[in-house]
Amino acid sequence: MAINFSLIIPEMLVAGLALLVMIISLLVPKDQKRGLAYFTVFGLIGVLVVLYFMLDAQGTLFNGMYIVDPFGSFMKILIVLSSIMAIMLGVEYVEKFITGFLGEFCFFVVFATLGMITLVSAGDFITLYVALELMTISFIILVGFGKHIFRASEAAIKYLLLSALSSGVLLYGLTLVYGAAKTTSINGVMEYIAQGETAPILVLGIIFMISGFGFKISAVPFHMWTPDVYEGAPTPVTALLSVASKGAAFGVLFRVFMHALPGNQELWMPIIIVLTVLTIVLGNFVAIPQKNIKRMLAFSGVAQAGYILLGLIAFSTVGVSAALFYAMIYVFCNMGAFGVIIAFSQAGGGDEVQDYNGLWKRSPFLAAVMLASLLSLAGIPPLAGFFGKFQLFKAIMEQGYVWIVFVALGMSMVSVYYYLLVAKAMYFKDPHEDSPIKVSLPIQVTLLAITLITLFLGIYPTPLTNLATQVAKTFF
Amino acid sequence: MELHVIAFWLIAFVTLGSALAVVFLTNIVHSALALILTFLGIAGLYLTLNADFLAAVQVLVYAGAVSILIVFGIMLITRGDGRMADTNIFGKYKYTAAIVITAFLGVLSHYIIKTPWQMGTAALSENTMGDIAELLFSDYVIPFELAAILLTVAMVGAIVIAREVKNPK
Repeated sequence: MAINFSLIIPEMLVAGLALLVMIISLLVPKDQKRGLAYFTVFGLIGVLVVLYFMLDAQGTLFNGMYIVDPFGSFMKILIVLSSIMAIMLGVEYVEKFITGFLGEFCFFVVFATLGMITLVSAGDFITLYVALELMTISFIILVGFGKHIFRASEAAIKYLLLSALSSGVLLYGLTLVYGAAKTTSINGVMEYIAQGETAPILVLGIIFMISGFGFKISAVPFHMWTPDVYEGAPTPVTALLSVASKGAAFGVLFRVFMHALPGNQELWMPIIIVLTVLTIVLGNFVAIPQKNIKRMLAFSGVAQAGYILLGLIAFSTVGVSAALFYAMIYVFCNMGAFGVIIAFSQAGGGDEVQDYNGLWKRSPFLAAVMLASLLSLAGIPPLAGFFGKFQLFKAIMEQGYVWIVFVALGMSMVSVYYYLLVAKAMYFKDPHEDSPIKVSLPIQVTLLAITLITLFLGIYPTPLTNLATQVAKTFF
Repeated sequence: MELHVIAFWLIAFVTLGSALAVVFLTNIVHSALALILTFLGIAGLYLTLNADFLAAVQVLVYAGAVSILIVFGIMLITRGDGRMADTNIFGKYKYTAAIVITAFLGVLSHYIIKTPWQMGTAALSENTMGDIAELLFSDYVIPFELAAILLTVAMVGAIVIAREVKNPK
């Protein structure tokens, strides 16, 4: 059996990098770990370059156990990119608030990255499950290792218990599908469904799978963990959790439902539609009364997950490409917003919205980045989020779901309100103290890059849409 | 009735009975002991399915290691003499849980009974352990390696989280 190892180079590189960073972090003196963080970032940038050149690669390994295709590579780029940004933004935060754990922070982020990039390429339920657990367990540790941080342990225990429950539900669903299809491979399940017979138990299996994945993407009604965990976790980890973990879960959700289960769409589509509408409506409305900015972003993330799910409902090339585009944009916007929160809390600021009063006077740069990120999340032109939402709505409209478009549009208006509440606090209220905030160089560079990309893709989105369209053809 | 059918019903009865005992016993230590019996019962069910390797793993890992962990956990965190009322102070939703579980069980068994299950007809291999080993290192090598990394992560993570905080200041 000839194995084409060149297809899994990124995975091997990431695994090697994680182990290397782990070993080096034992050798480097405690107060000189910062170099290690930058070494990790450079390593991940190398992986990113490899992934970029692999975008066209297509093939399966080990009899369909592992699928490498443009869709997977796109999601991997998204994941690695967010890991890089999380480390860049988080270095000083971890040094300041979780002293002595910078090495651990770096290699657990890389391990989580490994879990996520194998998750989006999984071609078999067993690979899928092990990768999902690698991602989840790394995240549980990342959430809980900030022992000095108020509520980090509480958040970690909540995340541990609830994700164990959701893993159990997902696993039960996978076994039921296995019982019906008598295979764990995604291709095998597709062939079984193409034969046209649907065992009643398969329906139940699909429902369990939807709830399991729904937990990971924090779709309503499986979102209850999000605000608590986001609030309690160290902010760089929250940032990574909110974009990369969600992105990976979307990757595997799209792969399972568009690759393995397109044959019985009429069975699961109504469930997805109900979940999506609930997610968009509830996420946006519950975000309004939130006083804590991390909780507000958690609920906004719930709503954004609903928008990305619209791409699955559309079930077309346009829909998937719009969802991919939006997921990428979401990474930049959310990272921008969380980056500002990180920089602000390093300067001694709190996490309440009212703490951001008059941020404009204290640091025009941070206020501008926050404003751009939030407006992009709200979908206001000329920022990138507008174009992403526009495309998603267009894709849904083409499939004839006009009422969903109206709901989603209305909820977008609602979202503008709570995003602007933060803007109002930053620009129109008087600061509690006048001392200017100093932003360190790595955070400045990262935030500047994020804002420029958000602006650029809003004005000239063609490169990314072309890429997303090309990638979305994987499924059709 | 054939002997293995009788064995199946017997073992299933014991497994389900001890699983119910885990939930209904009022002392947490008794629950843990019943849980060990459940694990052993499942190993017995594997044996009736000719899955000898899996049965051995079940006994070693679950009845051996996992149950010891659970007993240790109970030893370290129990309050009082282990009555559920002291240990599980939030367990107030008895009747809600009963209704939800009954409904869930009803839906589940309805679908399971309605499904026309097809039995596998392929002949069983004599050497199950050898076949599993071969599969682990050929088709399933990616999940296998990933599981190795997962265990490393879990172990390092446990140390990182449990490590004493040195400079509280």
